[in-house]
Amino acid sequence: MLDPLISHPKVGSAGKTGEWRVFKPIVDHELCVLCLECSEYCPENVIEVRDDKIWIDYDYCKGCLICKNVCKMKAIKAEREFY
Amino acid sequence: MQERLQDESYKSGKRVLLNGNQAVAEAVKIAEPDVIAAYPITPQTPVVEKLAEFVAEGVLNSEFVNVESEYSALSVVYGAALTGARVFTATSSHGLAYMYEMCWWVAGSRVPLVMALPTRSIGAPWNIHSDHSDVMILKDVGWIISMAENAQECFDLTLIGFPISEELNIPYSVSYDAFMVSHTAEVVEVRDVELPKRKQAYKILPNSEFALNAVTVNDARHKARKTLMKDLENSRRKIEKIGRCFLGEDFSLAEKYRVEDADYVIVTYGGWSGDFKDVVDEMRDEGVKIGLLKLRFLRPLPEEELKEISGDVLVVDRSALYKFGGMGGEIKRIIPEAKNVIAALGGYEIGYSEIKALVRRFVSGKIGEVEWYP
Ligand code: SF4
Ligand code: SF4
Repeated sequence: MLDPLISHPKVGSAGKTGEWRVFKPIVDHELCVLCLECSEYCPENVIEVRDDKIWIDYDYCKGCLICKNVCKMKAIKAEREFY
Repeated sequence: MQERLQDESYKSGKRVLLNGNQAVAEAVKIAEPDVIAAYPITPQTPVVEKLAEFVAEGVLNSEFVNVESEYSALSVVYGAALTGARVFTATSSHGLAYMYEMCWWVAGSRVPLVMALPTRSIGAPWNIHSDHSDVMILKDVGWIISMAENAQECFDLTLIGFPISEELNIPYSVSYDAFMVSHTAEVVEVRDVELPKRKQAYKILPNSEFALNAVTVNDARHKARKTLMKDLENSRRKIEKIGRCFLGEDFSLAEKYRVEDADYVIVTYGGWSGDFKDVVDEMRDEGVKIGLLKLRFLRPLPEEELKEISGDVLVVDRSALYKFGGMGGEIKRIIPEAKNVIAALGGYEIGYSEIKALVRRFVSGKIGEVEWYP
């Protein structure tokens, strides 16, 4: 009865949602000070630090650009991927 | 005299003078919900006023949540029910329309809960009186829908609503006509019973490691709806079993009133069933073989009783769904020759003599496939 209602959270249970993206956030590592504000605010939880650099999982980044908005260093720019 | 009857009997916990709304509140008191949330609307208001009183007096140990709308009322009890709390809410008419989205969420989530729904017309034009337009918008959402004829049935159908809903994991509503039942005092037997503890298919607690109703893909939604519809369709035996356990062996989804050997059968539900029974009695005295099938539940539909009818059938509805009355169209699926009357919307007065005249016209074959009264 309940199988269709219940789900167990896992990465990518709704497919590669990165495909929904129109704008791709690109980090300028020269400007970035690793404050992690973007990571705090990312609603998809796809920003982390790898090799001392901000790393975005583009498989699931939906391109909302909240990260770009909250970055005080203006280290994130948007690149249009689809027209 | 009546006051004395009320006072004394109240103490003994047996026979009490109550209107439909108060009878519902008395039954809810026995069920002892953990959480009650409701927003006032005529004619439902006295139900929650009474419950608020019980809570304030300390005779009912429930969390009473004052909310700012019906949408919130059902949302609050939905959230509470998901954690395993027994819950109750009540509304009517526009209030039901306002909480309509949540009606689908609780049904789809298979959450047991009980809601009182004294029936009232839906505007426009503005009208606070009885017809069954509101319950008809809930009818096909996936709830168990019961219809009380009088204050006693308000009590009884509310009481059994809790175990039924909790057994089937389907929300349950009890409807009764505005004012004629909701505000009319009658002697009610407040049964001295205890309900079983709440149970339900699943609970969500802080340590639960699953999500409910995430965005679904493929066939999940299709499956969920199909299972709900099938479970509702097949809920009859469980409802009867629980009903008989608390209300006696006579309990069933539909009341058969003098239908054996009947050449003519009225099918109806709600407050005016009593008037129709009186008309049946009078016409039986005149030698007309006539009876009445009162639907105590609209969902699940008492199909077995409907299929047993052999005589000519007249379905009397107090709501209109396009061409037919609220139940007329679907009863015609079972009994294709059934006639249908759509009567007395918005509290239009229809008394014993009008009802008798209507039934006489039916018996003399003068009612067409679908007719409006007036
Ligand atoms: S908010 Fe900007 S500066 Fe801070 S970590 Fe993110 S990209 Fe770098
Ligand atoms: S665009 Fe949105 S989803 Fe993508 S990394 Fe930035 S905040 Fe996260």
